[in-house]
Amino acid sequence: MTDAHSTSSRPPVRDWANDWDHLDPRWQADPYAIWDELRASCPVAHTDRFLGAYLPTRYADVKAIAYDTAHFSSRRVIVREHRPEQASPAPPITSDPPRHKALKQVLLPPFTPDEIARIEPKARRICNQLIDDFIADGGCDAAQRYSRHIPVRVIAAMLGVPEEDGDLYIRWIHEILELGITDDDLLWKAVGEMTAYFSAEIDKRRGAPRYDLITRVMEARIDGEPIRDDLALGMLRLLLIAGIDTTWSAIGASLWHLARTPSDAQRLITEPELMPTAIEEFLRAYAPVTMAREVMEDTEVNGCPFKAGQMVLLSFPAANRDPAMFARADEVLIDRKINPHAAFGLGIHRCVGSNLARMEMTVAIEEWLRRIPEFRPDPGLPITWSEGTVRGPRSLPLIFAAA
Amino acid sequence: MPESTRKIHVNPDKCQGHNRCKALAPELFELDEFGNAREVGDGTVPRGLEKKAALARANCPEFAVELAGEDRR
Ligand code: HEM
Ligand code: SF4
Repeated sequence: MTDAHSTSSRPPVRDWANDWDHLDPRWQADPYAIWDELRASCPVAHTDRFLGAYLPTRYADVKAIAYDTAHFSSRRVIVREHRPEQASPAPPITSDPPRHKALKQVLLPPFTPDEIARIEPKARRICNQLIDDFIADGGCDAAQRYSRHIPVRVIAAMLGVPEEDGDLYIRWIHEILELGITDDDLLWKAVGEMTAYFSAEIDKRRGAPRYDLITRVMEARIDGEPIRDDLALGMLRLLLIAGIDTTWSAIGASLWHLARTPSDAQRLITEPELMPTAIEEFLRAYAPVTMAREVMEDTEVNGCPFKAGQMVLLSFPAANRDPAMFARADEVLIDRKINPHAAFGLGIHRCVGSNLARMEMTVAIEEWLRRIPEFRPDPGLPITWSEGTVRGPRSLPLIFAAA
Repeated sequence: MPESTRKIHVNPDKCQGHNRCKALAPELFELDEFGNAREVGDGTVPRGLEKKAALARANCPEFAVELAGEDRR
């Protein structure tokens, strides 16, 4: 197991309020129970692991921290074992005001709902090609053979890089978001490889611009100036990292839910008008993305103290399960009408790719249900989940009638 | 029944472009080139769209959609 080296050597957690660890096997297996316990007993937990970090689990606290960009900086957005010696800015996610806004606005126009709607037919084609490859087998690992490939192929096309390099992108992301939490060498090796890759892609476009995101970032001007090279490369790395694991996880978790809850799958087939509320509910209940902030100055949030220099694990997934905010928060209700969830973040860092992610999730679930209306988990094979910052199934063996 | 003129307004300082409002009530909202929302016209909610307006408000993650002129009870 490639992930084992980070978890097996860690002291097990006995006291989640004072010694939490999001790499603990219990967190990987079922974080929801941990967050529910903490919300009731100690809503801002702390750990001395990771050089000191807080874990708020109430919606109100997560929101207050996300909004307070003066005390809680995005210059570090991942809780790691060591403080990185070098900075590797990846705007806009690692940017704070006032510079954040202009950098973000470079990326936003190609991600509006109208622009994303133009890519939908391509996403549908990708889903059907993937299904063609396994539908005769009567079963497949849906995380490895389906959900994983959809976001890779779509973002590769938008960036203007080869889809065939998808395995490479997935390896880099795994090394940065999962293994890199504890292994600095692997982290910097992956960052270096990605940077070299995008530098080469930029060179190819000099004097030969294309209609793609790489060209867009190259040609962008902020106050009349091009974006500094290291920031432009960081932005491109972010576009690749941010869109793949996240959407892979969201599609996988939705399929996992439907495989275990056939009544919901049947309802979506007979009442397709429920698809939008179902997608928002999967996003709320199985929100895949947890980011982090660095405390810049001693402060308090709703009465709880935060000390400068420590990190905060900003769990949008835990906020989404807070019963003070969501009625029947622990239940998955595909027709939930009121659902202002935080899966795409809150405040200025709202996910740039949220319209794209929603489109990909919708298309992936619609095409799967159309071609494979009945399916369930393979009782003989284990389902495994990622660890770290993005949560989703990494193997999801399903069985269905062969067609 | 009293004539109720409801008005919606997107608070531009709060809107972050989650686009939930536009998805739920496309008749009532429009988006700028960055995907941030504003109300269509002066924000008056035509008869028959009151429910959609209320849903849009309730689902905005930033609580940016304001609704004025609801029936007093
Ligand atoms: C279901 C899938 C996805 C989820 C749940 C998700 C979630 C998030 C969250 C929670 C944030 C806020 C981070 C913070 O506050 O620090 C974020 C930011 C971001 N996401 Fe996504 N994301 C998804 C898919 C995508 C896709 C497909 C892209 C496309 C490239 C993308 C690009 C970005 C970017 C560029 C940011 C930084 C925005 C900023 O800092 O202003 N994401 N995402
Ligand atoms: S749902 Fe709220 S944040 Fe999103 S676009 Fe509409 S008003 Fe803006």
